[in-house]
Amino acid sequence: MPASKEEVFKKVQTALIDALGVDEDDVTPEATLVGDLGAESIDFLDIVFRLEKAFNIEIPRAELFPEDILTNPQYVQDGKVTANGLTELKRRMPFADLTKFESNPAVQEFGNLLSVSDMCRYVESKLK
Amino acid sequence: MHWYWFDRFTEFESGRAATAIKNVSLAEDHLHDYFPGYPVMPNSLILEGMAQVAGTLVGEVNEFEERVVLAKVSNVRFHALAQPGDTLTYKATIDSLGPDGAFIVGTSHLGDQLQAECEFCLAFLDDRNETRELFKPDDFLRMLRVFRLFEVGRNADGSPLRIPERLLRAEHASNSQAVMDRAVNRDDKF
Repeated sequence: MPASKEEVFKKVQTALIDALGVDEDDVTPEATLVGDLGAESIDFLDIVFRLEKAFNIEIPRAELFPEDILTNPQYVQDGKVTANGLTELKRRMPFADLTKFESNPAVQEFGNLLSVSDMCRYVESKLK
Repeated sequence: MHWYWFDRFTEFESGRAATAIKNVSLAEDHLHDYFPGYPVMPNSLILEGMAQVAGTLVGEVNEFEERVVLAKVSNVRFHALAQPGDTLTYKATIDSLGPDGAFIVGTSHLGDQLQAECEFCLAFLDDRNETRELFKPDDFLRMLRVFRLFEVGRNADGSPLRIPERLLRAEHASNSQAVMDRAVNRDDKF
C-alpha cells in the first residue's frame, strides 16, 4: 500500500531533523532546505542516504540536483538559466515548484529552491 | 608527524564492517592539554580515529581507487571519558554505500561500555577537475600494513583480503628506487 502524504512528510521531516539538527517545528512544508533549514551542499549527501533508507528507494543524484543543467552553457547565460534551461529543469524536476525561481533564475539562487514539500513530492513520485 | 588515530584493525569484513583498537597512553602529549592533572583522550581525536577506521573500510570497497574524505559527522554522543591505560574499540559499519559516498554508523567501546557513537557521511571526491591522489600509494600501503589490514581482513565470502595490485606495484617500484639510491650513495663514497 502506498504511503500517505502524512506518512511521507513525517519521514522526510525525521530525515531532515537528523541530518540538519533542526527542530521539528522548523521543518514545515514551506521551509526551504538551504535558506530556512541551513542545509549546506554536503548535507544533501546525508539527506539522500536517510531518505533512501527511510523509504527503501534509490535516489540518483542528478534527479534531485541537476548540476549538469546548471553548468551547461546551452542552458545558462550570464549566470542565469535560460528559457530552454527552465523548460529542461521543469521536465527533469516535475516535483519542484519553480515559480519563484523563474522570477530570478540566477544559478546561485537554485540551491535555495528546494522546499520540504518539494522533497515530499519527489519521494511520492518514487513510491508510485 | 603521523596522523594515525587508531593502532590496528582487529576485524575487517570487506564492504560491511571494521573493528579496530586504540590504546590510550599517558605518553601522548594531547592527553594533558584538556584538564591539567586529569589526563583524558580528547573526544575530537577519538572521533578522528573512528573516522579513519570508517574511511579505510569504505576505501577498501573499490580497492582504494576512490578518494574518500570525511564529509560530515552527525548525531555524536559521548558517554564516557577515555583515560590512560584504556583500550578503545572502534567499530564502523556500512549502512549505505552509493556512487557519491557512504553512510557509516560508528561506535567506540571501553570494554563492554559504549563510550561514543556517531554517524559519518564519507564522500568520494569528484575527479572532474582534480586527479591528484590523496596519498602516495607506496606510503599508503605501508600505512595499511601497519594497521594490519591484510592480516585480519576478510572478503564477504571469508577469504583473505588481497593487497591491490596497484599498491603492490607502487611499493615494488619504491623499494627498487630505494635500493638504487643506496647503491648510488655507496658508489659516491668510494
